[in-house]
Amino acid sequence: MLVLAGVAVIALGFLLRFNPLLVIVVAAAVTGLAAGLDPLAVLAKFGHAFNQSRYVTAIYMVLPVIGLLERAGLQERARGLVGGLRGLTVGRLLAGYLLFRQLSAALGLNAVAGPAQTVRPLVAPMAEAAAARQGEEDGEPIRALAAATDNIGLFFGEDIFIAIGSILLMRGVLEGYGVRVEPFQLSVWAIPTAIAAFLVHGARLWWLDRRLRRRTR
Amino acid sequence: MIGLNLVYAVAGVFFAACALLGAVDRRWANALFHALLALSFFAGDAIGDLGNGVLVLALVATATSGRMRRGEPEAASEPHGPLLALALVIPAAALGGTLLFKRLPTLIDSQQATLVALTLGVLVALALGHWLLRAPPLAGVRAGRRLLDEIGWAAIMPQLLASLGAVFALAGVGDVVGGLVGGAIPAGSVLGAAVAYGLGMALFTIVMGNAFAAFPVMAAAVGMPLLVRQYGGDPAAVAAIGMLAGFCGTLLTPMAANFNIVPAALLELRNRYGVIRAQAATALPLLLFNVLLLWWVIR
Repeated sequence: MLVLAGVAVIALGFLLRFNPLLVIVVAAAVTGLAAGLDPLAVLAKFGHAFNQSRYVTAIYMVLPVIGLLERAGLQERARGLVGGLRGLTVGRLLAGYLLFRQLSAALGLNAVAGPAQTVRPLVAPMAEAAAARQGEEDGEPIRALAAATDNIGLFFGEDIFIAIGSILLMRGVLEGYGVRVEPFQLSVWAIPTAIAAFLVHGARLWWLDRRLRRRTR
Repeated sequence: MIGLNLVYAVAGVFFAACALLGAVDRRWANALFHALLALSFFAGDAIGDLGNGVLVLALVATATSGRMRRGEPEAASEPHGPLLALALVIPAAALGGTLLFKRLPTLIDSQQATLVALTLGVLVALALGHWLLRAPPLAGVRAGRRLLDEIGWAAIMPQLLASLGAVFALAGVGDVVGGLVGGAIPAGSVLGAAVAYGLGMALFTIVMGNAFAAFPVMAAAVGMPLLVRQYGGDPAAVAAIGMLAGFCGTLLTPMAANFNIVPAALLELRNRYGVIRAQAATALPLLLFNVLLLWWVIR
């Protein structure tokens, strides 16, 4: 039970809005102490895992390209794209992006889109421009919704692809219990939730359009 | 063989360039932060586990010193050049390269095909961009440095959380949580077991920031012994739907920093938790859906 002290540190630290990096390091130290581990062994484990997960941080190498294009007016160009399409609302735009993200993730193409690659330079400015035309002046919740739509599309599309990490993990764990399943059997069971995700989030987007329409009337 | 070595070299060069540019602009804390990151990407495999541990502590000390400054805004010019086409170079390269490199397993590590393709796409897009937009040579790296400073310390949060997960695993946190959830289920109730498994996946994912860490624990505590063995549920369905219930938890937690906190910084949201707030109204109904689907599958 004592090892849960680290979890408590995380919860309290985030709740009280301390710097998250500090909270994480303290939580690791507290967990190690509570489990009676050697502090140096905990530090070594922490360093090892940090080194092994560098690929997460490598994605920032796209920033020079995004920065270069934004400097030349990419966001403005993306906004202009919306101006040419009269019937395009923020809800329809994001629903279309949701579908694209789910389908491409289902084909295993996770890195085709993402917050740095597509949301910041293209989707968020387009969504903001569409929402502004519908009378929404505050861009912040619209940008947040664009990032949310990207995550939801990715999470509830990728498990349909049979060679994704989570499918391999599930297969490995089940095999540990002597249960053999084919990746295909697992990916089929991701389809109902993928459809539900599109319906739930799509309904919210439709609702947003409706709310904006009523407000301006 | 070409794999993560190329990816890490290119990322390392970018971080090193950010450090140099930061030093030139006298943004010392930012320069130190980026120099430490460059060190990690260039020499991470050479300095040992303890060396990496010390490196992380130095990164965190720099990040929490309060001396790191935000990126300075830069006015964009009137749109000129084939910007949308250039913006699609990276996604197109990631797509085409992934498909192509999977066929060249001796030349390129097929496990890392997408990351290698993405890296090459970045290099091509950067070269094309400078050429077609007639930008000065360092314009891209300068603009990238500004964006990286906009993200600030949040840039390394996903990696730190992965490390925390490793310490949790070493200390046996998962077994304790699994035991607690397993003990809370009323005997003989299929719905109770389905709820405990689905909510347990979501809650444990919220704590760990990662459904991958939660799955083996909940499978051991509830999924295999109760849902599969006792109530005869299809193991494939129990596993897949449980994982998706965990993904609902990922949408709700600041611990999943690369999905929830980094984008908030990247989109310059005032509220650090703005993305999570936008996701909650989708995640909660979807979690309910997954629990009911699980119950329906087993019943």
